[in-house]
Amino acid sequence: MTTSLASEPSTPPDVQESRSLELASYGDRVFRWLLTLGALFIPVLLGFLVYELWQGSRLAIGEFGLSFVTTSTWDPVAEEFGALPLIFGTLISATIALVIAVPLSLGVAIYLSEFAPKSVRQPVAFLISLLAAIPSVVYGLWGIFVLIPLLRTTAFPFLRDAFAFLPLFQGPIYGPSMFSAGIILAIMVMPYIMSVSREVLLAVPDSQREAALGLGATRWEAVITAVLPYARSGIAGAVILGLGRALGETMAVTMVIGNRHEIAASLFAPGYTMAAAIANEFSEAVGDMHLSALAYVAFLLFVVTVLVNAGARLLIWRVARGSGIGSKAL
Amino acid sequence: MLIRSYHLAASLGLATLACGGDKAPGDGAGGASSAAARSTLTGAGATFPNPIYTKWFDTYAKSTGVRINYQSIGSGGGIRQFTERTVDFGATDGPMNDAQIRAVQGNVVHIPTVIGAVVLTYNVPGAGSAKLRFDAPTIADVFLGRLTKWNDRRIAALNPGVNLPDRDIIVVHRSDGSGTTYVFVDYLSKISPEWKQKVGTATSVNWPVGLGGKGNEGVTQQVKQTEGAIGYVELIYAISNDLPYATVKNASGNFVEPTLQTSTAAASGVDLPPDTDFRVSITNASGPNAYPITSFTWLLIRKEGQDPAKAQAIWDFVRWMSNAEAQRLAADLHYAPLPMPVIELVQARIPGSPAPSP
Repeated sequence: MTTSLASEPSTPPDVQESRSLELASYGDRVFRWLLTLGALFIPVLLGFLVYELWQGSRLAIGEFGLSFVTTSTWDPVAEEFGALPLIFGTLISATIALVIAVPLSLGVAIYLSEFAPKSVRQPVAFLISLLAAIPSVVYGLWGIFVLIPLLRTTAFPFLRDAFAFLPLFQGPIYGPSMFSAGIILAIMVMPYIMSVSREVLLAVPDSQREAALGLGATRWEAVITAVLPYARSGIAGAVILGLGRALGETMAVTMVIGNRHEIAASLFAPGYTMAAAIANEFSEAVGDMHLSALAYVAFLLFVVTVLVNAGARLLIWRVARGSGIGSKAL
Repeated sequence: MLIRSYHLAASLGLATLACGGDKAPGDGAGGASSAAARSTLTGAGATFPNPIYTKWFDTYAKSTGVRINYQSIGSGGGIRQFTERTVDFGATDGPMNDAQIRAVQGNVVHIPTVIGAVVLTYNVPGAGSAKLRFDAPTIADVFLGRLTKWNDRRIAALNPGVNLPDRDIIVVHRSDGSGTTYVFVDYLSKISPEWKQKVGTATSVNWPVGLGGKGNEGVTQQVKQTEGAIGYVELIYAISNDLPYATVKNASGNFVEPTLQTSTAAASGVDLPPDTDFRVSITNASGPNAYPITSFTWLLIRKEGQDPAKAQAIWDFVRWMSNAEAQRLAADLHYAPLPMPVIELVQARIPGSPAPSP
């Protein structure tokens, strides 16, 4: 301490300062380059992924072209492949999941952000994030051992009797089915939709609520007229995020969907999804065309997922730019 | 300074000790195989024999010091990795076809290791614990979707005295590509020209009817939970999970219960020439005692172009695997051992001088 004080007058302070500044800015530059490299890694990786999928599916694209998307035969022995039932199954199971999950998740999110006492909010929010951490194979096993027997003996017969006029609820009940897959998916995407839309609702400024209440609205009316419209885009983002997850889910779905390459009108009939088919057949696919067809399916799934995710990002970005809502959700 | 040099000496000492420790297992193996002992082999492929392979490789490593690293990624993956030379040996439940063999310029030997059997398991309310009996045409028609009721008179004729319900037959098959499926549809292709022409043989096929369950456990759960279901699983799986399974009429006209003995009997029924490439299907075998839905599972080994030490190590293992003790280990895990004539053929295929017996 004393030596440094004593030596100080010998070197002019401004020289020392500029030297340390130079050093600091050098460190800054290195740091910046490192970060840029790290960030560049993502698009490069994505590029490789697309390239690889494209390379892998070229054989099948050359052979089947766009008819791959419109035909239904899946015969590894004769090497005839069509992915329509897979695309259909992916979209339908995800739709069922959203039809069930969106109202429930929104209800929970509204309750947690608007009505729940403080002592309930944190524990429930914590439990929801815990749900999101359960591995999908566990959901699948639970589906096989608990959900399917339950549905087969209670919900399915009830639906078949009550809505016998709808083709959706006709035909034999096996258990594993498009409907079972939709329900499992609903349970799996709910935590995502819940926690994101809860964050979005929490980010709605109190002035919105106060204004509505000040005009004589009840709390319920305030939520409907002032809070939800304000958070609309953010909630849409949450839903699309859930949809993206439902489209790509593999293990739990393949364990409960029945894995049949067929388009059936009844939700009780077994179906198949793109992700499930890839997971099931890839490891034992021997023929080049079979492999290539699976890569083609992966490529199509990638296209669908990218479109959905881009939509979600766009929506949340719009909200975030306007008012800061949703920025927390990201 | 003094302290630092002490540290240096200590760490050097430790390093020496560590090296000594590394050498010990290799020295233990001793003899002619010590060169091989230090090498580690890698293999990949079939999932069906994975439990016995794990057991074998573990036992083998303990007695010889040769470590074999096996990844059960599936037969298709095994053949691919073998072809791309990323592994020292492959393993598969379905033999490589001619096109695949051309892809490796014929540089492959199939070595059978054990025999697996596939059984029909079912859930028929009212039939109790009765062992149902099936014959080839009935099985084919059930899986083609043409025989749809449990009380069909053809099933009833095979099972006198069994109370068969008026229920739909619900077929359950594997949804994932699998050697089990390969064996089962190979059998169906042999017994039914219609199956052969309409569906064919592969690790995954275009099933005319039924639900797909993922893995043995998926099929089992589906069968257990669905009244009227019928599916197929590996014999080991059926035994260890106490599932009911069917007796099947074989090519000699006898109803044979699937056991390790009847599976081995199926393999002893086939006549292999001395120069066989072992790529034989033993489904629907003709022996009087042969259970008809069985198959070898194979190791894929290169004939040439392999690092000599590794080639030596692989063939040493094949020799060890074909001895009586290793085959007994297989039986303990419910894999049917190879019959004597096949073992002799395998041993005759091992090149070079005899290695020390373990």
